[in-house]
Amino acid sequence: MTTPPVDAPKLPEDVLIRVERLTMRFGGLVAVDDVSFDVRPGDVTALIGPNGAGKTTVFNCITGFYKPTVGRIALRKSATESWLLERLRDHQISRRAGVARTFQNIRLFGGMTVLENLLVAQHAPLMQASGMTVLGLLGTGGYRRAETHAIEKAKAWLERVDLIDRADDPAADLPYGDQRRLEIARAMCTEPVVLCLDEPAAGLNPRESADLADLLRSIRTDDGVAVLLIEHDMSVVMEISDHVVVLDYGKKIADGTPKAVRDDPKVIAAYLGVEDEEVEAVEREIEETGA
Amino acid sequence: MAAPASDAPVQKAPAPAIVPAIKDAAIAALITLGLAAPIMGLVTVQSLGKVQLEPHWMRVVLAVAVVFVGRLVLNLTLWAPRAGKSAPLITPEVEAQLKAVTRYAAPVALAIAVLLPFVPGVERTTVDLATLVLIYVMLGWGLNIVVGLAGLLDLGYVAFYAVGAYSYALLSTQFGVSFWLCLPLAGILAALWGVMLGFPVLRLRGDYLAIVTLAFGEIIRIVLLNWQSVTGGPNGIPNIPKPTFFGIDFTPGPGGFADTFGLTPSGVHRVIFMYYLILALALFTNYVVLRLRRLPIGRAWEALREDEIACRSLGVNTVNTKLTAFALGAMFAGFAGSFFATRQSLVSPESFTFIESALILAIVVLGGMGSQFGVALAALLMIGGFELFREFEDYRMMVFGVVMVLIMVWRPRGIVSSRSPSVFLKERKAISGSLVQEGHG
Ligand SMILES: Nc1ncnc2c1ncn2[C@@H]1O[C@H](COP(=O)(O)OP(=O)(O)OP(=O)(O)O)[C@@H](O)[C@H]1O
Ligand SMILES: [Mg+2]
Repeated sequence: MTTPPVDAPKLPEDVLIRVERLTMRFGGLVAVDDVSFDVRPGDVTALIGPNGAGKTTVFNCITGFYKPTVGRIALRKSATESWLLERLRDHQISRRAGVARTFQNIRLFGGMTVLENLLVAQHAPLMQASGMTVLGLLGTGGYRRAETHAIEKAKAWLERVDLIDRADDPAADLPYGDQRRLEIARAMCTEPVVLCLDEPAAGLNPRESADLADLLRSIRTDDGVAVLLIEHDMSVVMEISDHVVVLDYGKKIADGTPKAVRDDPKVIAAYLGVEDEEVEAVEREIEETGA
Repeated sequence: MAAPASDAPVQKAPAPAIVPAIKDAAIAALITLGLAAPIMGLVTVQSLGKVQLEPHWMRVVLAVAVVFVGRLVLNLTLWAPRAGKSAPLITPEVEAQLKAVTRYAAPVALAIAVLLPFVPGVERTTVDLATLVLIYVMLGWGLNIVVGLAGLLDLGYVAFYAVGAYSYALLSTQFGVSFWLCLPLAGILAALWGVMLGFPVLRLRGDYLAIVTLAFGEIIRIVLLNWQSVTGGPNGIPNIPKPTFFGIDFTPGPGGFADTFGLTPSGVHRVIFMYYLILALALFTNYVVLRLRRLPIGRAWEALREDEIACRSLGVNTVNTKLTAFALGAMFAGFAGSFFATRQSLVSPESFTFIESALILAIVVLGGMGSQFGVALAALLMIGGFELFREFEDYRMMVFGVVMVLIMVWRPRGIVSSRSPSVFLKERKAISGSLVQEGHG
């Protein structure tokens, strides 16, 4: 358990996560089909695509909830070392590899308070401080200090997501937008190197979406945490992402800057839901007009 | 229970809808007919060495009529959909008052428990009964870790109680180990069994977990029943030594408890001593559970009950977390088991049947999953009440069932249903039971 899961290829400095030839099959259904892309440190990488394109499945593979059928997912740890995430158990991916995530359908601990939610996120260091419970039970060791520290950290995050006044309320009592922000704060409390967000703007009003964009930008620049983002709200995607990967029916159809992707006829066609021949027709048209 | 009534269309007019009410009553009557016809309507009688069926249709008609009329009346009165939403029986104000009462109730209950043997008029039988109640309080608090906090449905809890009891019985009769040494050993052994059962079982969730734990409970009992050479089979292990008071026996004559403290020798001394022993054990359990709740492990248990997938995404090792819940729950059952063995002086498999597990689980559910005070109250109600109504004989089972149904209808989340947060920033606000998950495996 303590041996680091190495033996992955060395990754260059400008790659944090490399997804290579990822394929995920459910019986006969190919949810993700031979997808490769990189997540760069300090970037907001957006993963977009129509409903059922396989975006959440890619997330579940990266965060260890599914074992990929084929392919590998490497995370750069240092200049000489990188780990294969698919070899790690799910709780180790968060704790040791530093990959945190949120869920498409929010998963908070509803019957626990907002503060408690953020403390559960710091379970691993607190558990260590409590001497695997034994010292904590006896009231010795540095547990008290560790807990105070954890509460301070939770408070800092609550300030940032503007939930400090609700700290002692049950999470299930929060309005939807607040729950989304709390889930992000909770993921950030695990001190990740990359934060994976599954449709964080879903169900938010335009104001809340704008606030969210600010928060994500601040997470990228102030905390230096790379963000991998699934999002349907194109205004959010175009505004904050540095790099966009587009999936359609499990296949990657585009990969590039927001602007390049937005103008890609294949992407337009996928979103408009036209047939393949028509895509080719559109492509030809664009080529002709361009020429 | 009241679901059919609330399914009926809610009308603007306060007058209860008569047609759906009749329809619902008719369906209930039909179900009764289906059930009662073979069960009540046909009776087997032995005549001339042959088994014959004797029809008793009048009974069936009666049963159907009672159900139809009863259901109709209930539909039109108690269950009638009110204008708008039906008001909950326990409003937030009542809840707040209850909360205020429970704040004082726990210290008062503790004071009563400590002084009980010396309250004038309290007899030996009462102290004996209180000892029994406390055994179940302790078992309830132990199971509360597994069911109430971690949300794992364990139907075989009695197995660990049995392990504790037999550990003490064997260690003391075979090797002469003293009670005070056996007590921790029994707890550790039970915890080991908890881990052993936990490893294969904790992948299962919900109903599957419940079934496997139930089977495990039965397996332990059947092993105890059949492993004659070690466990004495159905006869069990007799002559289990009693604990001493720091080395002083409760025997009359020189060197005994009464002699040492200059008291008149009396059998009551031991009864009172046993009472304080279990009180101390139960309070120790309570203290540990309350502390654990405020430690990361306790928060992880509750988080597991709320959402296991979210736990995994936050780096909580769910397997270890579940195992510790199982092991600690089992440990307290082991302590209680060795106390039980020394109190009875005899252990036999019939003390560890499934009914026992069901009773402990009922105490936890009735008390309010996760609430320490609620569990104690439920144990008092169930065990104490059960003994009080002994004169009702077989009817007490029925009364007992009715009371349980009533409590579950009025307070589906148990007597104390709200959850108290383990940590707070400004003020500790109770969390309504309706927000708290019950766990799913
Ligand atoms: N556990 C599973 N078992 C079987 N099929 C699955 C499973 N998970 C996902 N799928 C299927 O894989 C395909 C991709 O699903 P996925 O949830 O990844 O899509 P998505 O891009 O996240 O869509 P949305 O935008 O609606 O969230 C769908 O057809 C889905 O039904
Ligand atoms: Mg999705």
